[in-house]
Amino acid sequence: MSVPTIAVTDLAFDYPDGTAALKSVDLHIHPGETVALLGPNGAGKTTLILHLNGIHMPQHGTVAVSGLQLTKDNMPEIRRRVGVVFQDPDDQLFMPTVRSDVEFGPRNLGLEGAELDTRVDSALDAMEVADLADRPPNHLSFGQKRRVAIAGVLAMEPSIIILDEPTSNLDPASRRELAMALKTLDTTQLVVTHDLPFAYQMCERAVVMDHGEIVANGPTPQLLADDSLLAQHRLELPYGFVIGAGS
Amino acid sequence: MAGGHVHALYRHGDTLIHGLPPQVKVAAAFLFIFAVVATPKEAWWAFVIYASTLLSLATAARLGRRFVATRMLIEVPFVLAALLFPFVGGGATVSVLGLELSRSGLWDMWNVLAKATLGLLTSVVLAGTTDIPSMLRGFEKLRVPRVLTAIMGFMIRYLDVVLGEFRRMRVAMHSRGHNPRSLAGIGPYARSAGLIFIRSYERGERVYLAMASRGYTGHMPSVNGDDAGISQWSAGLAVPAFAWLVAAMAWWSL
Repeated sequence: MSVPTIAVTDLAFDYPDGTAALKSVDLHIHPGETVALLGPNGAGKTTLILHLNGIHMPQHGTVAVSGLQLTKDNMPEIRRRVGVVFQDPDDQLFMPTVRSDVEFGPRNLGLEGAELDTRVDSALDAMEVADLADRPPNHLSFGQKRRVAIAGVLAMEPSIIILDEPTSNLDPASRRELAMALKTLDTTQLVVTHDLPFAYQMCERAVVMDHGEIVANGPTPQLLADDSLLAQHRLELPYGFVIGAGS
Repeated sequence: MAGGHVHALYRHGDTLIHGLPPQVKVAAAFLFIFAVVATPKEAWWAFVIYASTLLSLATAARLGRRFVATRMLIEVPFVLAALLFPFVGGGATVSVLGLELSRSGLWDMWNVLAKATLGLLTSVVLAGTTDIPSMLRGFEKLRVPRVLTAIMGFMIRYLDVVLGEFRRMRVAMHSRGHNPRSLAGIGPYARSAGLIFIRSYERGERVYLAMASRGYTGHMPSVNGDDAGISQWSAGLAVPAFAWLVAAMAWWSL
């Protein structure tokens, strides 16, 4: 089997006040997979993703990205390999124009000139925001901001993109545009979401987290059809939504 | 919530002045203001020349009278302060419409009003013809430290976000019947200002996390702008050079 893009083994993490945020988490994601990370608020999803790019360092257990162990020395390469798209695009888009924002990551990697331009252009194209390149981020719609934030991460050419609540605050049209753009990417994706229909549409596999542990791991349709599992972990499909009845 | 006020200072156009590289315009504006400030207040004709120069530039940039006039309104509090000078200045007095006004106070008022107005007019022309990203590139080209331009960039970028939060909070307060008619009702505003401070601080942390996730290690990559050619520099610097000539004549004429 291939080297997993993400290999988390026996990861545990306590917050300074003693609250256990993660308890012995094991998670493997393989190249090309699109995995949904589901769970109620406070389940530890965000804490887990902040471990995947070294914002938090493991207190116990290990994290490896495409075979590279997460250590202080490996941090620059880990952060290149793991692209995190945060929930509020306003937190992520801080440069004066869309283009300079998408350039931010690759420039940190030391790219310049034509190589930088190619990288930035292809990221902008992939998210269909090339026409916004010279606009200041504060003039964009929320959906556009989100796609630009993803372009900023794509420009790092990561091995995996982690999307934190990518559909929050999006209107249905922006949500569909985002889904279409994400479908065209061949990058491995981890989608953290409460939006179960979106997980169903985008991800072949789902992982359910609750109280800092992984409580279920399997094909998305199978997990979402398990009513008692969903109820136990405060997950709910929208009213009238039936798995397998068409998507 | 597009918050147009950041761009409210800029008027899109394709005039010669719009087309000049930002670093040339920023340098020219600074040098022009220095010339204005260095001119002795007694040489009133020099200020007339400066004002005509700036108004011609504003016309050439097609900024429009209304655009310029409304953006000059920010000066009003300073004008009101300057109007007090003739009443509080000491020394010899002159009688104007039955009021005894200080002669040196009148000169000081004129000095402050003329120089502040011209300085502001210069900024209006600069900001009206240079959008914010170019302005930041201009500062960088002029070797302003990257830390300072980055701070300016962050400030401009998040002004809208923070004002938007404040606006939403105010709407929420009004929606629950808060309708201050006196100073006593200002309490909730003060508390929301405190809350905005905390939220901005937290946002700062999240922005930093997002930056660190894209490989930020404490050094901002610089934004590349185009270099300005000799002809552009000479075109841009001709205006402050003229102003310096006028200032020199003003000193000589005393």
